[in-house]
Amino acid sequence: MVQELGYLKETPSQTAGPYVHIGLTPNFCAIEGIYDTDLGTIMVNDKTIGERITVTGRVFDGAGALVRDAVIEIWQADSAGLYNSPAEMRGAADPNFTGWGRCATRAEDGVFTFETVKPGVVPFRDGRKMAPHLTVWIVARGINIGLHTRMYFPEEVEANQADPLLLRIEHRDRVDTLIATREGSTLTFDIRLQGERETVFLDI
Amino acid sequence: MSDLTNRKPETGAFFARDRAWHAPALTPGYKTSVLRSPQRALLSLDGTISEITGPVFGQSMIGELDNDLIHNYARPGESAIGERIVVHGRVLDERARPVPGALVEFWQANAGGRYRHKKETYLAAIDPNFGGCGRCVTDDEGRYAFRTVRPGAYPWPNGVNDWRPAHIHFSIFGHGFAQRLITQMYFEGDPMIWKCPIVGTIPDKRAIEQLIAPLDWGNTIPMDARAYRFNIVLRGRRSTMFENRPEGN
Repeated sequence: MVQELGYLKETPSQTAGPYVHIGLTPNFCAIEGIYDTDLGTIMVNDKTIGERITVTGRVFDGAGALVRDAVIEIWQADSAGLYNSPAEMRGAADPNFTGWGRCATRAEDGVFTFETVKPGVVPFRDGRKMAPHLTVWIVARGINIGLHTRMYFPEEVEANQADPLLLRIEHRDRVDTLIATREGSTLTFDIRLQGERETVFLDI
Repeated sequence: MSDLTNRKPETGAFFARDRAWHAPALTPGYKTSVLRSPQRALLSLDGTISEITGPVFGQSMIGELDNDLIHNYARPGESAIGERIVVHGRVLDERARPVPGALVEFWQANAGGRYRHKKETYLAAIDPNFGGCGRCVTDDEGRYAFRTVRPGAYPWPNGVNDWRPAHIHFSIFGHGFAQRLITQMYFEGDPMIWKCPIVGTIPDKRAIEQLIAPLDWGNTIPMDARAYRFNIVLRGRRSTMFENRPEGN
């Protein structure tokens, strides 16, 4: 016998189910009066520093159908590349920016939308720079464990080419699945759960 | 959570997820997973600052009735119908340390097994006094607690005659975005747990048992409500003893 490590097992994930909106965005699904607002709907205020952007997109299943019952969460650095988190040891992030957003995909057209700012550059574990990105998490009915991915910016051509995570993608034609398209201040990031253009998802 | 504890913020990366403990993405017995399951391998990567960090949720954002589903949607002086229960427990990490300041959100069907949702078509009655959601922020020992009614079982369109066992959905937000977790709690002694295709997505029986809350007789409130205890474990962090300094420094 050896000493016991004494670690616990992570609680197993279960699908968020068809009624995830009741729990995470109750006002969105007409359960009003319990919470003033749904958490994660407001990321910025008038004083937030940085370039204002709108991030929008849809989620598609393996048959190309819209996933209209998902919840998307994003987490990102502020415009200076600092996270508004106690585990951020490099400096104080913009107090007028939460960095975290949550949005349901709309039943009518499957669209999610975040009003936020473009994040700055943050370091990889070895000190190399990571290109500006959003961390993205997707849950829905039929998804047994929440899916992690990232959204990168199309105008950051050089930074994307040097990004340590994007460099790890073996099949280079899949890199584009993590890069949004941009028109003015609106970035569109569609997520494909399955199929030919399946988004790169992360075990991270 | 910084207002709750003097502990130094933890900055280690998280333990790799034991994917064999969780359900795989593709579980044909749960039909909706067939077209919603990624087929390509996940890109595995040690966590970076983008996943190690996460937002803070303070106790101050929690309303007085947020953890009382019996009353948080009820008309004044009324309450939700059903078996009154208390659900409580701790949020821990894989190193068995409490996770203070974790946001715990929960939602469920009413006592008849009916959700308050426009897509819900089950013929069980809506309870006008039951909304079905609540939330807590864990205290410095990682504890949370809420009152509710025991949800009913209900049928769902999957197989011809599939029923969900009574369950409560949980969403847990710990200290790092990589810890993000959604799961479901079941009730001790329910024979329907073992017939459910969604429960059955989890391959390991011990993992399923981790989702079954025992009746907590000691914490039952006499003449009021029975208690169930549901502890939740989030990914643990590696110690930072050899980290945060580039090789050779």
